[in-house]
Amino acid sequence: MTNGADNEQALPGQPSTTSTQNSTPSPLVTALQREHPDWITEVREAYGEVTAIVPRVHIQAVCSQLKSSPEARFDFLADLCGVDRGPEEEPRFEVNYHLFSTTIHHRVRLKVLLTEDDPHVPTVTGVWRTANWHERETFDFFGIIFDGHPDLRRILLPDDWQGHALRKDFPLRGYEPYSLK
Amino acid sequence: MSSSTINVPPQFEIVDRPLDTQMTISMGPQHPSTHGVLRLELVLDGEMVVKATPDIGYLHTGMEKLFEYKKYQQGIVITDRMDYLNPLGNNLAYVMAVEKLLALEIPERAQTIRVLTCELQRIASHLVWLGTHALDIGAMTVYFYCFREREKILNLIEAASGGRLTPSYFRIGGLMMDLPAGFERRVKQFLDGFLKSVDEFHTLLTGNRIFQKRTQGVGIISAEDAIDWGLSGPCLRGSGVNLDIRRANPYTGYEKYDFEVPTEPDGDVWARYIVRMREMKESHKIVTQALARLKPGPVKADAPKVVLPDREAMKNHMDALIHHFLIVAEGFDVPAGEVYMPIEASKGELGVYIRSDGGPKPSRAHFRGPSFVNLSALPQMAEGAMIADVVAIIGSLDIVLGEIDR
Repeated sequence: MTNGADNEQALPGQPSTTSTQNSTPSPLVTALQREHPDWITEVREAYGEVTAIVPRVHIQAVCSQLKSSPEARFDFLADLCGVDRGPEEEPRFEVNYHLFSTTIHHRVRLKVLLTEDDPHVPTVTGVWRTANWHERETFDFFGIIFDGHPDLRRILLPDDWQGHALRKDFPLRGYEPYSLK
Repeated sequence: MSSSTINVPPQFEIVDRPLDTQMTISMGPQHPSTHGVLRLELVLDGEMVVKATPDIGYLHTGMEKLFEYKKYQQGIVITDRMDYLNPLGNNLAYVMAVEKLLALEIPERAQTIRVLTCELQRIASHLVWLGTHALDIGAMTVYFYCFREREKILNLIEAASGGRLTPSYFRIGGLMMDLPAGFERRVKQFLDGFLKSVDEFHTLLTGNRIFQKRTQGVGIISAEDAIDWGLSGPCLRGSGVNLDIRRANPYTGYEKYDFEVPTEPDGDVWARYIVRMREMKESHKIVTQALARLKPGPVKADAPKVVLPDREAMKNHMDALIHHFLIVAEGFDVPAGEVYMPIEASKGELGVYIRSDGGPKPSRAHFRGPSFVNLSALPQMAEGAMIADVVAIIGSLDIVLGEIDR
């Protein structure tokens, strides 16, 4: 029902079941997709949550549009997190943006898919300042580069840490005991 | 030893500017008012804070990585260690995220007990905030009164779950076990005395001129800025934004409870103080209603492949024993998919993102800790303030480093 059929960039094991929950913002997202077909490649609804897959070049435009549009009013970036689907998957990385509206109280998830060779995505710190630390955390743990970020440093791990700890190929106990060298 | 042998990262290099009146000091990580191991790099001009840069990660224990190696039911124990002042809230967010993936129906009694214990925990969390916040500002007496009341709540939580700081009381599909006999009477006993204690706190602080001077007009953040910085919970409501996840996206049956969402328009330390003080009374109201709603019934969902069977059933039924063995040894498979489950924890929006590939372990678990996001707005509030006010501002944010660093 809500699935854009033009692009098949399916996630493994993702049930694209359409739920019958009310007050989900899926009409908004599909309307945005109709208006700008290249902004959103796919919309899916599962577990009562709407996910829109956005090509990375358009993420800033989609975010500011959803923030400023009077029907959407997604003024609150609740969460931003990276996902590693494993080294054998292509595209390997996901960045999830969980948007929330403090006035309408609905939520939507935007998802950007990134390949391992080119893990770059434009920053959304210009849209919500709270993205700053979330993006630093995602960079720290996944090595995803947020282009245009004002202060892209590691946040939780030490500055001289080797590797990106939440990648699937990073061993649970690390490569070696941490030392100051 | 020459300094060239030590590899100093660029931001720690000492730059000597002789004519500069500015001074950079490091507040923490070992500082009593940073509520854990938080380091603030403060650039000062006299006593004025020119720039504040929080440096976090001292308590990082790789919990999100650990989740990927533990079965779903083992993850509950890890969540206790995040925001250790509000462990039941963490338990709740996590189990509800997994329950959402499993599409489990939670029995009425279990939901009511979840609300009841979570609200008690919220009061306990606010009491620690109040005691330490007042202590930071110099009012020492409040601390003892707060911890006296908190002790009563911890005793209640201990009676229900066996743990004081790390209860792990909720299970995927319900509760670990039903409430013990006499629990309701003990909760009533606590509730009867609690409102009087809140009045005591008010007597100690609200009319106190020193406390007022230290908090009013300090660390102001406007409603627009607060939303932009992603503040949530009492910090956001202290800026006049009426937002409470319990009302906005109700869960565990919060829509059936009658309570107010306190807001204060000023956005300063004082406003956040008043919001939390009023919230304690609202939580008191919710606990009272939850007690009245408590009806006998099951506390575990009817899902034998997910929920551990009762001890008695295990002794008498072979299938219960098999299920027990399978759940403990192999875990249970969770359908593939991803969910984001937000709840109103004591400090703000606690969001749990869980992604499952279909196995007994999550392929990604991410926690949006309210303290993490609230702390990121600290420079906005602290820059331009006096250094002594930074202590008041940190206290008013009510951060827990265990949750920030995860």
